[in-house]
Amino acid sequence: MSVTASSNRAFFNQLRKYYTWYTGGFVAFVIALAILEQLGLPKVWIGYVFLFATIGLYAGIGIMSRTADVAEYYVAGRRVPALFNGMATGADWMSAASFIGMAGGLYLQGFDGLAFIMGWTGGYCLVALFLAPYLRKFGQFTIPDFLGARYGGHIARSIGVFAAILCSFTYVIAQIYGVGLITSRFTGVEFGVGVFLGLAGILVCSFLGGMRAVTWTQVAQYIILIVAYMIPVVWLSVKITGVPLPQVVYGGVLERVTGLEKKLTADPKELEVRKIFAERSADAKKRIEGLPGTWEAGKAAAAQKVADLRAANAAVAEIRAAEKALADYPQSADAARAAWTPQIASNAARSGPPLPHATPFPTNKTGEAGEKERDLKRLNFLALVLCLMVGTAALPHILMRYYTTPSVNEARQSVFWSLLFIFLLYFTAPALAVLVKFEIYNNVVGSAFANLPAWVAAWAKIDPTLMNISDINKDGIVQLAEIALGQDIIVLATPEIAGLPYVISGLVAAGGLAAALSTADGLLLTIANALSHDLYYKMINPSASTQKRVTVSKILLLVVALVAAWVTAQKPGDILFLVGAAFSLAAAAFFPALVLGVFWKRANKAGAIAGMVVGLGITMYYMGTRYPFFQKVLGLAAADNPLWYGIQPISSAIFGIPAGIITILVVSMLTPEPDRQTQELVEHVRYPNLKGDTVRTEAA
Amino acid sequence: MQLTERHKEYWSRNLKITAVLLFIWFVVTFVMGYFAVPLAEINFFGWPLSFYMAAQGSLIIYVAILYYYAKKMRQLDVEYGVDEGDL
Repeated sequence: MSVTASSNRAFFNQLRKYYTWYTGGFVAFVIALAILEQLGLPKVWIGYVFLFATIGLYAGIGIMSRTADVAEYYVAGRRVPALFNGMATGADWMSAASFIGMAGGLYLQGFDGLAFIMGWTGGYCLVALFLAPYLRKFGQFTIPDFLGARYGGHIARSIGVFAAILCSFTYVIAQIYGVGLITSRFTGVEFGVGVFLGLAGILVCSFLGGMRAVTWTQVAQYIILIVAYMIPVVWLSVKITGVPLPQVVYGGVLERVTGLEKKLTADPKELEVRKIFAERSADAKKRIEGLPGTWEAGKAAAAQKVADLRAANAAVAEIRAAEKALADYPQSADAARAAWTPQIASNAARSGPPLPHATPFPTNKTGEAGEKERDLKRLNFLALVLCLMVGTAALPHILMRYYTTPSVNEARQSVFWSLLFIFLLYFTAPALAVLVKFEIYNNVVGSAFANLPAWVAAWAKIDPTLMNISDINKDGIVQLAEIALGQDIIVLATPEIAGLPYVISGLVAAGGLAAALSTADGLLLTIANALSHDLYYKMINPSASTQKRVTVSKILLLVVALVAAWVTAQKPGDILFLVGAAFSLAAAAFFPALVLGVFWKRANKAGAIAGMVVGLGITMYYMGTRYPFFQKVLGLAAADNPLWYGIQPISSAIFGIPAGIITILVVSMLTPEPDRQTQELVEHVRYPNLKGDTVRTEAA
Repeated sequence: MQLTERHKEYWSRNLKITAVLLFIWFVVTFVMGYFAVPLAEINFFGWPLSFYMAAQGSLIIYVAILYYYAKKMRQLDVEYGVDEGDL
């Protein structure tokens, strides 16, 4: 055994010991809090204790890992063992969207939501087969580094910097948004305050120790998030099926859900409620067609009602309600149009039968129209899976993690560990969705409004956007069509559905926070490194001392974090949109140039530059002109910009990736082949250890 | 430096392994996804087969692909003398 090998082994054992103690300590902490809760510790205190204890913990790790050494700061000294790098990648990877939103998305979308499950795991096959071992052999600091070395000059590197910042920034906004949401929900502080509290949590991890601190906090965060995710699901599974392995037994529950769906589809009371929603939708449509007359009539009617109630000396509460209705009435006919238009779709959406959870690409249409819709849904499903997978294999903050392992071989193993740790959460989420669906179809539907399950009543009071339940047909009984759920509730409410104490709700919040913080850490570091390493050191001031480089990087990290928090506080767009956009952008910008850079020696500078510009350009164009959010910003009409082949804008990269690949192939063939030195670089990265190799790429 | 025939052979075997694993990945993901509707008729321990594959089966296969790849490539490295020694 060589000296490095034995010191690596000692380091691994030491880490294993630390994290075993840490996990034990965390479990003891949760048990202690559970006991305190039984003794009467108020709920809001439990929320605070979880928030501050976990952030304090991350800060502690961050401070212990402080460093001013370049290799430590950028790549954690390249001695992170495969298993721990896998855990860190897992936390880096699983965001607030995975932790809080995914099970809910599966609840609402059924089979079609599984595109996210497959896409966000299968992408690791591409990471392992195409990139991780080769990037590790290359062994620099950032992803633009590879583009710069392989394709020469500053242009390819600059495009890489631009794309890395673009997709990481889009993604980090979604994470900070999640942090703000969780902190504000569990401690009662305002959203904006929650954002900056979370920001403090992010900065204490990464500011002092860069990649080294981020790595060791991410391992700690992975442990918290996986424990927090599993406990409530296992408990719920025991409650429903009697078996503590939800992933193994939920097939039977799914069968029962399918049976209940059939019953609820034909139930006369359900039909009655759905008909009311259909009428409301039709009514909204009629009112809009009748503008401005309907607006005036409605306003007069509202005023008349107030006058009538006052004249009749009605109850104060009733008069107040009528006055409020009048005050809230749209101020103009245009305002009425804006307020009423969404009512058409929102009511129509609730007028349909329940979605068959297990059926791929479900549709209510029959015959040829149904066939056509099914094909379109299938096309979008497959396109989304591909974009998410390729995006996974192109997001710089993930790829960067494979620079930190001690060897090429460990990089390969590390991708396996990463996927295994991610798999634990991702194969549980579909089980959770099915279990909660069963609970709602079986226990909530059919219960009396006077005696709703406690968790339903509680959530309906706390947040009507997450749990909206009202007696539409006034029969005193809950119908499925009377329940509208927000997707985040599935994970947030699971502890209460399973009948667990509040401390587990606090644990789930801590897990969600860990997921959001760890991803935000990795992303902010990627942005700051792209600016400090690639832009400042490689292009502006190559003679900067190592100390200056680290200092510049820290300052930039602070600035980027503040800008990101400020943008988040403006609440732009919805989270899913931001996440989807980040994946498509990364996929189209990086994947073709990186993969062809390793696998095709003939790929040259001109080809790569053209391919990245074309791929990214087409993706940005499609996204910009097809997303309703951008259409509004740019003042484009949806009708002038029809979808290409019916592909949703979340899968924009489905056009950008092939366009990028073809452009690189064609342009490279039309221009001279790369010089001998570049070809030797390609050979160098292809072999883990080449005796007599003169190419030296690895930076300290 | 000039690559030897052995080196070229290593790379072509690497490409072959990569291609085979990629093919499995493709079939599991896209071929099964494309035929999800007919596959849903098959019952797999309570799950419709296409649901099971998308929610769990394909994930298990992805993990297996990565495990095999790491192991096989390590063997190949040693066999062709391009391994990194005992790190």
